[in-house]
Amino acid sequence: MNSRKKIAIIDYQLGNLFSVKQACAYLGEDPVITTNKEEILGADYVILPGVGAFGDAMHNLESLDLVKPIKEFIASGKPFMGVCLGLQLLFTESEEFGRSKGLNLIEGVVKKFQSSYTNGNALKVPQIEWNQIYETSNNSWQQSPLKVCERGDYMYFVHSYYVAPQEDQYILSTTKYGEYTYCSSVIKNNIFACQFHPEKSGKIGLEIYKKFLK
Amino acid sequence: MGNIRVIARLDIKGPNLVKGIHLEGLRVLGKPEDFAQYYYEQGADELMYVDVVASLYERNSLHDIISKTAKRIFIPLTVGGGIRSIDDIKSVLRAGADKVSLNTAAIKNPAFIREASRKFGSSTIVVAIEAIRQLDGTYLAYTDNGREHSGLEVLAWVKQVEELGAGEIVLTSVDREGTGKGYDIELTKMVATAVSIPVIAHGGAGKLEHFQEVIKDGKADAIAMASILHYDFITHHQSDMESRTEGNVSFLKSGRFSFNQIRPNNLKSIKKQLLNDGIFCRP
Repeated sequence: MNSRKKIAIIDYQLGNLFSVKQACAYLGEDPVITTNKEEILGADYVILPGVGAFGDAMHNLESLDLVKPIKEFIASGKPFMGVCLGLQLLFTESEEFGRSKGLNLIEGVVKKFQSSYTNGNALKVPQIEWNQIYETSNNSWQQSPLKVCERGDYMYFVHSYYVAPQEDQYILSTTKYGEYTYCSSVIKNNIFACQFHPEKSGKIGLEIYKKFLK
Repeated sequence: MGNIRVIARLDIKGPNLVKGIHLEGLRVLGKPEDFAQYYYEQGADELMYVDVVASLYERNSLHDIISKTAKRIFIPLTVGGGIRSIDDIKSVLRAGADKVSLNTAAIKNPAFIREASRKFGSSTIVVAIEAIRQLDGTYLAYTDNGREHSGLEVLAWVKQVEELGAGEIVLTSVDREGTGKGYDIELTKMVATAVSIPVIAHGGAGKLEHFQEVIKDGKADAIAMASILHYDFITHHQSDMESRTEGNVSFLKSGRFSFNQIRPNNLKSIKKQLLNDGIFCRP
């Protein structure tokens, strides 16, 4: 019998995990939503989703004792995916409400968009829109889940904070919002993480999940 | 001006999609899931479900519609109507919604916006505002589809809503809703330039020209529409509709109501028109 892939979606009591689960289910998979260390470490794929505040999320990861299993899983070399806040948490720290320490798996800071006016047009914060992703010279999409995308494909974004990696080498895509050109996804060994929500980005988004779960 | 979102709004009563037709009350149009699926295929950027009756005993059918939608449709879904508590939000999100819109409960207890946005994240909390223009030109916020007067002035209320942590505002002109006469540009501009969170314009879309107006002049960050899409779907899928739904759509052909104000159109042509007008959006 062809056993199904073991996929763990990490539950840290924030945000909507349901849509990530639905996307996987649509692709014929049966992921577990879990806070259980053994389930996380025993999985073939781990997804860290999230909507909400950085500080609360780190607090919950710590109080649920999930920091160590996440780091251990990543060290195992198996595929790991972060979505939205799940991307930001991988970084060193966030400027949200003072300073909060992150997982520090990728060096860099999480910063806030400043709302502004240019030529009478406002830059609204949060950014809530379908926006385009572009390949950078640092990483080809060929070796990543973005292989299924074309340059300039539209993804669904909803966020007030963005990641600023210290090293360009992990930037997988960039996106423009007003005057900002920021990192919208990263790749580092077995880590793939994106600011946009592939599970809310229609058919192309589902293709990204399919590619990640290959 | 960033990328404009084009949002299909579906008003729901029990298991049905309904639409209020100006001065003629609610009509049943069909099954919301069918319309939603079609709009998804056509490139809608988001869907918005609003339970227009929001009575407790019909809540199960709303949850059923949400979960059916979330299994097949992978774009953001906002659900509103009758959401009164943190538990209501939880149950709607658990059924598969991505965001909730609050109106009456937020007006009765503004602190609810703060509590909800802290708990679920600002981006999950949309505040719905039903505005009616007064004789002196000011706008007041109403609840219950414009039936109940809140005493709040729209401009002061939207600033408070932002302050309390809402992620975006969906702004309905009750005067224009269902008329096809175009969005209320003055209202939209007043609100969109007063807050730094995104504002979704709603109410009055009747023909293609209305969209660029409310974006360029009204400064809307997103546009929501209902009748213009629903009537297009019904007229082009009439044969499907008759066999599958209980929808009372014969009125569309009767010419008895002011259908001429609304020129049905689909999302593809709407987006094409926006792009032609120099407005950015996902094609």
